Amino acid sequence: MKGFVGIDLGSTTTKAIIADADGIVLGRGITNSRSNYQHAAAISTEEARIEARFAMLRRALLQAGGANELHEKLFVALQHRFRLEQNIAQLDRLAELAVAETHAATFHAHNGRFTTRVAEIFSEMRRRALSPLAPARPSEFFRDDAISQFSTLAIAGADAAISFETLMGIFDKAIVAIEGERLDLTFEGHIHRSIEAVANSFGRNAAAELSRAAEAALAEPLEINATICTGYGRQRLPFPKEQIRSEILCHGQGAHALFPDTRTVLDIGGQDTKAIQVDENGIVTSFQMNDRCAAGCGRYLGYIADEMSLGIHELGPLADTSTRRVKITSTCTVFAGAELRDRLTLGQKREDILAGMHRAMVLRSMALLARSGGIRNEFTFTGGVAKNVAAVRALRALVAENYGERTINISPDSIYTGALGAALFAVRT
Amino acid sequence: MNKGVRKEPSMVKQKELIANHFTRLSKARALGKKVVYTFVPGNLTELLAAFDVLPVLPEINALQSGMRKLSARYIAEAERAGHSEDVCTYVKCDIGMGMTGNVGPTGEPLPEPDLLLLSYTGCFVFMKWFELLRERYKCPVAMLHVPYQGEGVVTPEMTAYVVEQLKTEVIPKLEAVTGRRYDEARLRAALALSAKAEDDFVWVLDSAKNRPSPIDAYFGGVYYIGPIFTAFRGTAEGADYYATLRREVEERLAAGESPLTPEGQMGREKYRLVVEGPPNWTSFREFWKMFYDEGAVVVASTYTKVGGLYDQGFRHNPERPLETLAEYCMGCYTNLNLPSRTALIEKYVRDFHADGFLFNSVKSCNSFSAGQLLMLREIEKRTGVPGGFIESDLVDPRYFSEANIKNRIESYLQMIEQKRRGTTEFREQSAESPAVSRRERNGEPDGDGGRTPPIPPKHGGFREPT
Repeated sequence: MKGFVGIDLGSTTTKAIIADADGIVLGRGITNSRSNYQHAAAISTEEARIEARFAMLRRALLQAGGANELHEKLFVALQHRFRLEQNIAQLDRLAELAVAETHAATFHAHNGRFTTRVAEIFSEMRRRALSPLAPARPSEFFRDDAISQFSTLAIAGADAAISFETLMGIFDKAIVAIEGERLDLTFEGHIHRSIEAVANSFGRNAAAELSRAAEAALAEPLEINATICTGYGRQRLPFPKEQIRSEILCHGQGAHALFPDTRTVLDIGGQDTKAIQVDENGIVTSFQMNDRCAAGCGRYLGYIADEMSLGIHELGPLADTSTRRVKITSTCTVFAGAELRDRLTLGQKREDILAGMHRAMVLRSMALLARSGGIRNEFTFTGGVAKNVAAVRALRALVAENYGERTINISPDSIYTGALGAALFAVRT
Repeated sequence: MNKGVRKEPSMVKQKELIANHFTRLSKARALGKKVVYTFVPGNLTELLAAFDVLPVLPEINALQSGMRKLSARYIAEAERAGHSEDVCTYVKCDIGMGMTGNVGPTGEPLPEPDLLLLSYTGCFVFMKWFELLRERYKCPVAMLHVPYQGEGVVTPEMTAYVVEQLKTEVIPKLEAVTGRRYDEARLRAALALSAKAEDDFVWVLDSAKNRPSPIDAYFGGVYYIGPIFTAFRGTAEGADYYATLRREVEERLAAGESPLTPEGQMGREKYRLVVEGPPNWTSFREFWKMFYDEGAVVVASTYTKVGGLYDQGFRHNPERPLETLAEYCMGCYTNLNLPSRTALIEKYVRDFHADGFLFNSVKSCNSFSAGQLLMLREIEKRTGVPGGFIESDLVDPRYFSEANIKNRIESYLQMIEQKRRGTTEFREQSAESPAVSRRERNGEPDGDGGRTPPIPPKHGGFREPT
């Protein structure tokens, strides 16, 4: 099968899509963007490849025995186990690197104890990952998971001799090191062990069936015919100019593919906001971007989350509980902390302040949309911020106030819009 | 891109002219010459020459300081003195330069003014600027009120009004400062030389109608306007410069050569653009590179018309010396109303066969930037050619975000490319698609000559594997 890859190197995450020659999506992958864009691109593409392989495996499974409940369960369990295998492989390597770092840290008189302490934390993380009580699906972002688990365990594991900061220092070095490596996380590399593990709960017959399906999936070659890159980091990749497209074009094309009647697209990403007008073919007819100031972009929310010691995904739901919105006019990211503390001092509630901040942020986008030519039917909202319920609520209200009834499309997959557009450009090259 | 960097005789000549002017200014006192500070739009260069006075153009000083990376320091100086961040950066650059010894961009000190000649009032800030300079230098001011072309035309009454002011305000003040009598014969001689230079200049601008264009009418254009917009209109040296420039462009055109850039001759012409608004001066080279690296050439620009719309037929006329000066003052690009500016850009898009038009909106200049988005949409509507919009500033380096501007320019050019290729690409795709139009399937051409691409097949949905 011929595959066409689109990669969107965002400032926060890197997304990849593999499509077939008809533009049908075979697989998707996402990872944290890191200092090394090439790795981020490779990892997200590998993830997309894995998803594509799983799709093929599933097809083989269905062809073998038709749709049935057992197959569905088998497939889900296999996918889960595969993720776990990948996760364990990364965790083991991370532990190795961290232990090596403790040896390098010779200034510690308690070297032996230090090494043991770090090793203990990792073995606890491994035990938890393999526990039947572990979450059904590990996060796609190994880094985020590892940080949150390690830091929790490091708080408990720190004492007067080995501080929390010392432990985190070792972890930070190890995580930077592992992100610079190419671990084998491929379908080929982990599928067989995953099948064996699944066999323990589903029996030998099921395992044999899965093996046959996996072989069938692997028998079909998946060649990458063309790759197109877009996004913030696109210039950093060693690709010729012909393989690079502006994210404006890719978002326009991607939004059109998701919602063919889209005429206006708003994308709020980590550090830029784009208002795009497209024609009936997804061809961009005009666009506006925020200029030298990134106020009101995703980073603004990230900063507020840090100030409130919340996860960024917690902001929207909290703001959504507001009963009395506070009016906020500034969306300056730098001043956001001061604004927040000031309001809290005045006795205003966190959720009300947050609701005000979300509205202020969306108001800035409204200005950009107006500059690009307004909101036409249909209107598609994409980017990481489209996952935030409070931002979406504010946007719906403001669109209705300013433009009346408009169909507003928001896809749960909207984070892939740019990569999808890029993959479709790859199909056409 | 041909990497061989080439300097043509006109470039050397232009640089010498400008440098000599600054040297001349630094020696003005020693030579017993009087000095007038004035502005580029509506400048009365020939009249000043008739009185043998030397002009200092604060905007030119500011942009030269910007190009020579001096403006940030001057602006900071002016801000320390209390000038707000929002004030026109030409003003702050000039004020800051004055506060630090009034050393001109070439390193030579500038003389103090004997007279401030405010010959153009279309920019309200000019008035405030000269108020500040009057306060500092305690010198007389001659103010010429130039009526705005609100209705898009210059009426005989408007001309008479300006001529009257020239006779009763400007000329008497110049006579008082210089101690000379107004010499109309001298003015006429200068105006004749102006017209000659203007003919050659217009020929050069018009050469961009060819494919490939032998000139870049914006990035190259700002060098071309140097002499005619400053102290050399109405002089033999000025006329000589334009004659030389024209010969060179004639040769380049005959050889089918593309414009010269700081890195040699530009590569294949891929995009022809019209640009509105002044360039950013502090990162001028970087800004230009964003265009020529992509094969984008500017075929017409409005900025090169702020000192006169010669390409639209205006010529200084020695037969009507004061009337012609009055009409010149009122006819500069900055004095046009929004419909006239819109119509002019539309005309450029058509006459120069442009693929797109780009607005560089200046942050600290409201009088230029106000209404630009409306103009942009109107021109898009009338021509069907896509407009682009970027923002930077004149001489404040803090307002130039290189990565951002580059991203927008690239996106804009790719948008043009996509629109251009859209038709053929989608046609190929649609060949097997049921969404293709019936007429198309029957092999009949589309009613609009095939310009509108048919609807592409639906693709890219996140289909669950089956």
